[in-house]
Amino acid sequence: MDKQSMRKERIDRGLKVRTEGIYAISSSREILYLLGPRLLLIGGIILLPFILELAPYWKRVVNIMCVYALLALSFDFLANYVGLVCLGGSFFTGVGGYLTAIFNVNLGLPIYLSIPLATVGGAVLCTALLLPCLPLRGVYFAIITLMYPLLLTRVIEALDILGGTNGITGLDSFPNGYVEQYAIIIMMLVFLFGMRRFVNQDIGLVLRGVKDNDQSVRASGINVTHMKLLAVFVASFIGCFSGAYVAHLYMWAGISLFALDFSIIPIASVVIGGGGTLVGALIGSFILVPLSEILRAFGSFRIVIYCAVLTGFIVFKSEGIMVYLQRKYHQFERWVKV
Amino acid sequence: MGEGMSAEPVLSIKGISKTFGGLKALSDVSFDIQQGDVFGIIGPNGSGKTTLINCITGFIKPGSGHVFFKGKEITAWQPHKIAHVGIARTFQIMRPYYSLPAYKNLIIPLWSPRARKTGGWRGGGKHGDRDTVAVDILEEIGFERDSRVPYKFASALPTGYLKRLELARCMALRPEIIFCDEVFSGLSMSEIAGMLPLIEKMKTEGITLIMVEHRLRELFRVAGRVMALNFGEKIVEGEPNFVIEDKRVREAYLGSEEV
Repeated sequence: MDKQSMRKERIDRGLKVRTEGIYAISSSREILYLLGPRLLLIGGIILLPFILELAPYWKRVVNIMCVYALLALSFDFLANYVGLVCLGGSFFTGVGGYLTAIFNVNLGLPIYLSIPLATVGGAVLCTALLLPCLPLRGVYFAIITLMYPLLLTRVIEALDILGGTNGITGLDSFPNGYVEQYAIIIMMLVFLFGMRRFVNQDIGLVLRGVKDNDQSVRASGINVTHMKLLAVFVASFIGCFSGAYVAHLYMWAGISLFALDFSIIPIASVVIGGGGTLVGALIGSFILVPLSEILRAFGSFRIVIYCAVLTGFIVFKSEGIMVYLQRKYHQFERWVKV
Repeated sequence: MGEGMSAEPVLSIKGISKTFGGLKALSDVSFDIQQGDVFGIIGPNGSGKTTLINCITGFIKPGSGHVFFKGKEITAWQPHKIAHVGIARTFQIMRPYYSLPAYKNLIIPLWSPRARKTGGWRGGGKHGDRDTVAVDILEEIGFERDSRVPYKFASALPTGYLKRLELARCMALRPEIIFCDEVFSGLSMSEIAGMLPLIEKMKTEGITLIMVEHRLRELFRVAGRVMALNFGEKIVEGEPNFVIEDKRVREAYLGSEEV
């Protein structure tokens, strides 16, 4: 039989169909089918620091991986659920980082107050600054958000405020390595599962409606700008937390918090992990950040390899790892005659 | 009710004009609509019917003129505010949320401040949830409850159901006025036959309907008054039979015989 008269057919696995709705709790096998991947993810991430006990350097990389995962989560939410492509991840980290530095160094607040305050305050500040841009759509919003971190960098440099080019030093560090590590790991899991829940709530559906068709949302008597405001607040909340964490991790807040890395790597992570899945953002950054660390040995040549990997993903698996894995997990394929 | 003695119109349009560049899309269109009316707007392609709806519902700012809803001026309000006071609209080109299942499409209007204010989304009782109300509304509008249709993604629905979904989105707001922008266009005769009872039902529920239509036969079965537009100007308004007999309406549709 030649391939031409054959067609690939995808069918849901019987197990998947059986786990829909109330039947999910009918047997341990079904429960395991649903919980398995989630437990694997949670367990794997929580155990990761113990596995890496022998390699202290890589333990610190895990922190950075989580930071980028949070930023990617924030990007994925805004871009694939609300339709706002925000290239300003570093805007959030910068604002969060500088705010926590001000609270911690200038006002003398302890770390367990400065981070939450910087997260909330930063989210309010970012949302207020992005407010004039909210009526914009598509590429215009993207460009504006890309400009914001550049703008703030130049303002800090030119006016020599907030420590100027030296930044603010002397932030408190975390009490010990475990707190430092698990603070970000737990927050990442909380945000990941929280966001998954949020986008399927009624209010999350309204946000998804804004992405699908904002005119219909307006015709339904809902103020689209208010909804976008809420979405930007949620996204910048996550971003500012990452920024505040990074500032305390390095015990320093400087203009490198506004660096392009914080905007670009999360986007690349979402592309690799699979847009619109949320967990894909996490998987993407757990691949890209270590890859970038490994490639450090190659010096400046690493950018070439990095780009090659990215291009490869975009060309050959543009759907992203998570979408691919989900399909393999829930469906099987077979060849049938046309 | 005699002339001049009629109650205050629920919607009053006074001298709406709109130009796009050099094109006069609407010039000085005025009309009144009484509570509970079914009002038809007809006219050839490009005569300004959809522009008129857009001007009234706030999607386009009119160049001049005024819109009064129950005596209150709502000219050039934001679309969501106009929807909030109870003026819903459908879109000629359907605008469902393709990435959501059909019944989840209704969560958005049910979540709106208007639906929350009127409590319409609570349905049966205090603990009713929006999903249940959404499926109820869909059933009312002709989605078979026990079939898989209400749970299908909007992207997988045929045109007939999408048109119904547009109406369902309006119904979820419990509006006082619905603007129907060509709900019959693109439908088969049997699909239209299925839609007509819905229109009748809305009429008996006391909802004021304003229907822009090309399917005149179906429109005249339900409409009490009809207005004809041509080149953005109102040419005649009155009973359906009176309007269709009008010479200028025939000319507009069939073309003028004298050059």
